[in-house]
Amino acid sequence: MKHLRQLEDQSVYILREAYKHFNNLAMLWSMGKDSTVLLWLARKAFFGHVPFPLLHVDTSYKIPAMIEYRDRLAREWRLNLVVGQNKEALAAGMNHTMGRVVCCTALKTNGLKQLLEHKGYTGVILGVRADEEGTRAKERYFSPRDKHGDWDFRDQPPELWDQYKTTFPPGTHIRIHPLLDWTEINIWEYIKLENIPFIDLYLDKGEGIRYRSLGCAPCTTPIKSTAKTVDEIIEELRHTTVAERSGRAQDEGRGMELLRKDGYM
Amino acid sequence: MTLIETKPSENLNIVIVGHVDHGKSTLLGRLYADTDSLPDGKLEKVQAICKQQGKDFEYAFLFDAFLEEQEQGITIDTARTFFMWKGRQYIIIDAPGHKEFLKNMISGAARAEAALLLIDALEGVKEQSKKHGYLLSLLGVRQFAVVVNKMDLVGYRQDVFEGIEKEYREFLGQFKAVPSQFIPVSAKLGDNIANRSKQMPWYTGATVLETLGGFQKEAARSEQPLRMPVQDVYKFDARRIITGRIAAGRLKVGDHLVFSPSNKRANIRTVEAFNIEPQPAEGQAGQSIGVTLDDQIFVERGEIASHQEHLPSVSTAFRANLFWLGKRPLEKERKYLLRVATKEVDCEVASIHRIIDTMDLAQQQGSNTVNKNQVAELTLRTKTPVAFDLSASFEATGRFVLVDEYDIAGGGIITELVHDDQEFLREEARRRDFAWVKGEVTVEDRAQQYGHRAAVVLITGGRHTGKSFLARKLEGRLVADGRHAYLLDGENLRRGLDADLNEEERGQTTEMARRYGEVARLLTDTGLIVVSTTNPFGLAYQEAAQAIRTLVHPAPVIAVHMSKTEEEPPPNTDVVLSGPTDFDGATARIIDELKRRGVLAQAIGAKPVFQYSI
Repeated sequence: MKHLRQLEDQSVYILREAYKHFNNLAMLWSMGKDSTVLLWLARKAFFGHVPFPLLHVDTSYKIPAMIEYRDRLAREWRLNLVVGQNKEALAAGMNHTMGRVVCCTALKTNGLKQLLEHKGYTGVILGVRADEEGTRAKERYFSPRDKHGDWDFRDQPPELWDQYKTTFPPGTHIRIHPLLDWTEINIWEYIKLENIPFIDLYLDKGEGIRYRSLGCAPCTTPIKSTAKTVDEIIEELRHTTVAERSGRAQDEGRGMELLRKDGYM
Repeated sequence: MTLIETKPSENLNIVIVGHVDHGKSTLLGRLYADTDSLPDGKLEKVQAICKQQGKDFEYAFLFDAFLEEQEQGITIDTARTFFMWKGRQYIIIDAPGHKEFLKNMISGAARAEAALLLIDALEGVKEQSKKHGYLLSLLGVRQFAVVVNKMDLVGYRQDVFEGIEKEYREFLGQFKAVPSQFIPVSAKLGDNIANRSKQMPWYTGATVLETLGGFQKEAARSEQPLRMPVQDVYKFDARRIITGRIAAGRLKVGDHLVFSPSNKRANIRTVEAFNIEPQPAEGQAGQSIGVTLDDQIFVERGEIASHQEHLPSVSTAFRANLFWLGKRPLEKERKYLLRVATKEVDCEVASIHRIIDTMDLAQQQGSNTVNKNQVAELTLRTKTPVAFDLSASFEATGRFVLVDEYDIAGGGIITELVHDDQEFLREEARRRDFAWVKGEVTVEDRAQQYGHRAAVVLITGGRHTGKSFLARKLEGRLVADGRHAYLLDGENLRRGLDADLNEEERGQTTEMARRYGEVARLLTDTGLIVVSTTNPFGLAYQEAAQAIRTLVHPAPVIAVHMSKTEEEPPPNTDVVLSGPTDFDGATARIIDELKRRGVLAQAIGAKPVFQYSI
């Protein structure tokens, strides 16, 4: 439990830094386990309040249960929920059969960029973790994006001790990553410790399958698992050698690197 | 060999540093493979691709997640960035690529709890080996081991290893850095990584993994005196919560806290937390917490809370060791933003004592700039007093970064307090504030009642520049607007309070300014906006203004400088008036400045914004 409190202290510190330094701040919430833990940490940091809007970039292909869960928590926790959607691309019929990277770029990356531009957010808090996949391991806690929302991973500004990059030229924005040091197991341990409500898609309901990572319905496949409780998930994760995002189609090949350089979450 | 390992809960952040080609990626790949931390089939997959393309398999290929870092054609779906070993997950803080390597290495090391420093046995100790060793020490990474790699290329010779160990230990010894271990390895062949080398029976020390296992989680700083830099003040609901991360020591409900540099004090009423039952009553080093106080004092981000027995230093200058990473060189007398813990203040480099060559620690003097990737010893001077500690006593409050334009461009550790000329007055103010007897009415009560905060408007300038006239006009205007303002004229002190002084004593600016400052301090405590001039001090107005500032601190001082022709105003002047004065315009500018500083509300009659962070 001590290690979870240490992670929590660090994340809370980062969230408070973000809130102090950014006048137009928002947090991305995909309703998955990570961004929901992030949301909970915001309630920790601000003593039960969430003093900035939560953004959901809705691709329209999300699993319906996720939308129900989103609206329920937004109501119960009195969240300021902002839903964005790349309506133009959807009207033109964008879907995953046009190519996964193409579809992710249109509906998620561009959907996010449109939302940021429209609302003028200068700081965006995201729940990415360093251990998820290779490109995220190169991230800073406070990571600048240029005018096009692009990420120059080769030339990132220094980040020293608890001092983060909080000033930036007009037209650019900063991505803030309070969960960078958390692992998948930590997320579940914390959900258990704090009793955080999560979507039951992560649990096996008797069919021998569950989701380990949640995305759009067509591009996310469940894994074989009989884990029916958080304890069983943790136990399973302690023994697996399968990558967390193996059920996520966008990670195949060089997909994630291309997407993230372009400003994907 | 496969080790059956279950994923543990404890994490340790480590960084691997050293000269670019000394084998970092190979060591990492080997650590992953030997601890069985690779996803299923990845090792075999990369081996198969190598075979297909007719090249030798290298462990480095397993780790380099980015295309550009890889040999062409070898793609890994997922690079995990941690490995497991005996009840712990080791998280690798990776520095991408070779370009800008030092900057990334420093960012990684500043986040690390422990480090491995690699030296190539064939090439020996190189410049980067030394630079990285020195920087680890400067960055405060105390736990590290030196891994002498590529022992296979030198025939596993003990004398080669010992030669490197001797040379490098001597180098580290110059700045008192002591590695926990020197380990001879071949990352490529797996000697002394997870498994003891059969090729080097002469080495009986710990393997790399055993060494990592011996590293401790962050040392407890809870036994040190309390340091809690204020991060923010929240008022989301009825509670006014002071938040911060405890950098050292511990606190509990009922503790008497002193905030530096403002010297404000209050007792902790509650410790606040969300979803923790029962409500906590204490906190200790490492925790991000929130407290409420029994007195509604106005404290700001950047102040350091401590107990009265162990206060941090307060000054406008300190000496430091700094490394510079900025795109443009650090220049003497240029302005930078200094950040010490949560405090942000403008500063300038008062002097660059020497540039330190990290290769041989030789010192080069007489430079006016510090170039990118150089380390220097220098003195920084801040615009307003800052609370800090020496890095040797307190890590978190003893280090700082400098921001140049938009980026953090350098960092360093504070090595020495530099005494400034305000030291004695500051000490007087501190002792006086600690003993100050308060009534039932608080500063905030008065501010609410009056609709504005207390402040001092101090008009400086040479003779016959219109200071007195402007002061009178401003007082009149403020009172007409319904503010509580008072003109403090030096003449009135001279014949009363200063009547005990003889002519010679009255000529001493220091004592006269001290008396003047203490009277102004009393008046600001009554909640007034004090309007005054430095007339009684004649041409010694700079010295007097500084003393008054120190004594009325933390009440805001709005410094106005008047001159007939353009001239350099004293440091920290807020409103500069030169040439023929338009007194109405000047009054309006001062009132705008009072609004900007949060002393007055934007509109008359409105409740003022006290800059609480809500």
